[in-house]
Amino acid sequence: MSVNVLMPALSPTMEQGKLAKWLKSEGDEVKAGDVIAEIETDKATMEVEAVDEGVLARILVPGGTENVAVNTPIAVIAEEGESVADTADHAPMARVGEEDKAEKQAEVAAPLKPAIEVAAPAPKAPSVAEQPSATIAPEVPEGTAMISMTMREALRDAMAEEMRRDPSVFVIGEEVAEYQGAYKVTQGLLQEFGAKRVVDTPITEYGFAGVGVGAAFAGLRPIVEFMTFNFSMQAIDHIVNSAAKTLYMSGGQINCPIVFRGPNGAAARVAAQHSQDYTAWYSQVPGLIVIAPSNASDAKGLLKAAIRDNNPVVFLENEILYGKTSDVPALEDFVLPIGKARIARPGKDVTLVSFSIGMTYALHAADELAKEGIEAEVIDLRTVRPMDIATVIESVKKTGRCVAIEEGWPQCGVCAEIAMRVQQEAFDYLDAPVLRVTGKDTPMPYAANLEKLALPSAAEIVTAAKAVLYR
Amino acid sequence: MVEESGGVTKDAPKIPPFTRDQELTAFREMLLIRRFEEKAGQLYGMGVIGGFCHLYIGQEAVVVGVKMAARDGDQFTTSYRDHGHMLASGMEPKRVMAELAGRRGGYSKGKGGSMHMFSRAANFYGGHGIVGAPAPIGAGVAFANLYRGDDRVSLTFFGEGASNQGQVYEAFNMAALWKLPVVFIVENNRYAMGTEISRASAQTDFSKRGAAFAIPGKQIDGMDVRIVKAAADEAIDWCRKGNGPYLIEAQTYRYRGHSMSDPAKYRSKEEVQKMREEHDPIEQVRARLIADGVSEDELKKIDANARKIVSEAADFAVADKEPDPSELWTDVLA
Ligand SMILES: Cc1ncc(C[n+]2csc(CCOP(=O)(O)OP(=O)(O)O)c2C)c(N)n1
Ligand SMILES: [Mg+2]
Repeated sequence: MSVNVLMPALSPTMEQGKLAKWLKSEGDEVKAGDVIAEIETDKATMEVEAVDEGVLARILVPGGTENVAVNTPIAVIAEEGESVADTADHAPMARVGEEDKAEKQAEVAAPLKPAIEVAAPAPKAPSVAEQPSATIAPEVPEGTAMISMTMREALRDAMAEEMRRDPSVFVIGEEVAEYQGAYKVTQGLLQEFGAKRVVDTPITEYGFAGVGVGAAFAGLRPIVEFMTFNFSMQAIDHIVNSAAKTLYMSGGQINCPIVFRGPNGAAARVAAQHSQDYTAWYSQVPGLIVIAPSNASDAKGLLKAAIRDNNPVVFLENEILYGKTSDVPALEDFVLPIGKARIARPGKDVTLVSFSIGMTYALHAADELAKEGIEAEVIDLRTVRPMDIATVIESVKKTGRCVAIEEGWPQCGVCAEIAMRVQQEAFDYLDAPVLRVTGKDTPMPYAANLEKLALPSAAEIVTAAKAVLYR
Repeated sequence: MVEESGGVTKDAPKIPPFTRDQELTAFREMLLIRRFEEKAGQLYGMGVIGGFCHLYIGQEAVVVGVKMAARDGDQFTTSYRDHGHMLASGMEPKRVMAELAGRRGGYSKGKGGSMHMFSRAANFYGGHGIVGAPAPIGAGVAFANLYRGDDRVSLTFFGEGASNQGQVYEAFNMAALWKLPVVFIVENNRYAMGTEISRASAQTDFSKRGAAFAIPGKQIDGMDVRIVKAAADEAIDWCRKGNGPYLIEAQTYRYRGHSMSDPAKYRSKEEVQKMREEHDPIEQVRARLIADGVSEDELKKIDANARKIVSEAADFAVADKEPDPSELWTDVLA
């Protein structure tokens, strides 16, 4: 029996990749563990190992092919003794979950194209800013030239620009330097700024967060990367007790200009201990600034602002959003104001308020609602503390209805705070109670079906929006 | 051999020989883990397993050697690189694989996944996703043993990267202070993700890391299952006699990436190849068995059996259903 080698998924979020090159040729013998090909994703180059012994009978996807979907058959390995020719008509049949079988069979029936046709990546043509937009900040003048880039690139550029501008800025964290960042956000920084300013640490979050705080007290401007915010729980004492409170406790003498940043919230299938949203936790603390951008442009402008700010900033990124592309102003020094919300989509019927990845669900829901003639106004908080509740109130005065959305847990969450402030400041304008759509009140399950149920969805937002509209 | 003062014993004792039965047991157990992990890697590539998946390939002698020294009832606690520890604890391969696939027949009903698995019946206390967490948790399991006055020993594993966590030293201090029956086993595979030990550790002799608390420590070749078993015998005996904790640094090596997404730029292919060719824990046993007159055929049979167990586990996992949606809401509180 010959077996198919499928395009492997090499990370929790990988959907496709480039088959960079083959290291074995047709006819070569392979052993389990041999590296047969190299694959490039937006994060890294990785090796594909043979899992079976045999002869590499056929290569189905040539080296250099871009956008190869995970699970596409890329080669056929013939087992010992089997003639290579026997595999010519070999129908690929991957073992997958029952629910995928029908789909796989359909794929099998389709003729295998030896070379997958792909469009060459579109050249990065600059576009111009148009207002209002789902991603472009109102602070960007209309007509500004825009460059499309991923949030990952925007964050990296923000750090690099600030490091060029101010020699007291440095980056510290696990795998930030030589490895180029666990999620490749610090890519290239070591090469440009050297090991003095891009510092790899042991796995000691409590310790290096404290070291960062001490350095900030003494006048440096650390950017402390948590590989993910899940691990900031080990360091939360320094974030809260040391960074947030010292200005107050010192009667205004000792400030702490530090940024704690990294991916926050759920990635994909990494389960309870690695899928938690800390927005509400940190946003409760006086003395902290909490920022959670939803797109590349806001990420860049706000990270630059955070690095320049004289206060401790918790900057919550999102792994799922890292690879998403959007327009970023091609300005030499693009800095956004902290504490200002943004109207991502104007509307008159219902106000949807969210931040970070919650915006993805909210904007999607607004599209769905539009199909039914409901015009939702979607507000991106961008900064969660201090919260720009005035922009929300203005909107609610117009719509009379509000749904708040977050990925975190419901009790004492950001949505709870929004609902409280709206009822306090716009009670007379409300035509319905404020509703919220949140992550479910459980730890994050691993199983794919349960994970989906645990996260908020656009459909739940549509239902909530209709409920406040009594439709 | 171990100094009461908590001195560190460095010289490897003469390697205590295994009986043929012991060699066969070690071979079978290590091979099962290897084949299981190869299959898990394959299922990950196919999308049956998702999220993070850390394979134990190359390190099999550590957990198998310790298991061979342990007594029924001794508990195991480890980090996220845990599939080998679960199999060594006697957990069922098919239920481990089903958990990796997120299916209802898994040990955590599909809710925990690769990094978070437990079995009270098998005395396996996880399966922890947070680096360093096993050290105090394992010490806590030992606390319960001492509290109850049974003579069980808590066998607690973590990586050399984890050994830099502050909580490890808090655990060491309490374990020594209260004479907790816990063996701390540092699996030093030389890398923590992409960080080679000398880039993260001021003291790279991890057997000395308990010296400040007078915890006896021993640095051993963790690729030789006989050496692991002998060191574990001594450590477990020390603990069972009420002397308090013991620290073993098992020098080992992982062949695969840290998890499935690992660009592997931090070490050379030659280094990995050399380890596989010259120090493979399974090949060492195989060579000794052959020299002892065991036939290739018999060893092939053992391999075929391991492959069969593993492929049945994979079939079970793939065919098993996802958890019922209502399970989202269960097990939040006891
Ligand atoms: C507190 C914490 N910080 C960071 C991580 C991310 N992380 C997971 S494994 C790992 C490396 C651990 O290396 P080591 O302890 O040597 O164990 P190995 O993976 O080599 O078995 C890191 C940094 C984590 N899980 N927990
Ligand atoms: Mg390690």
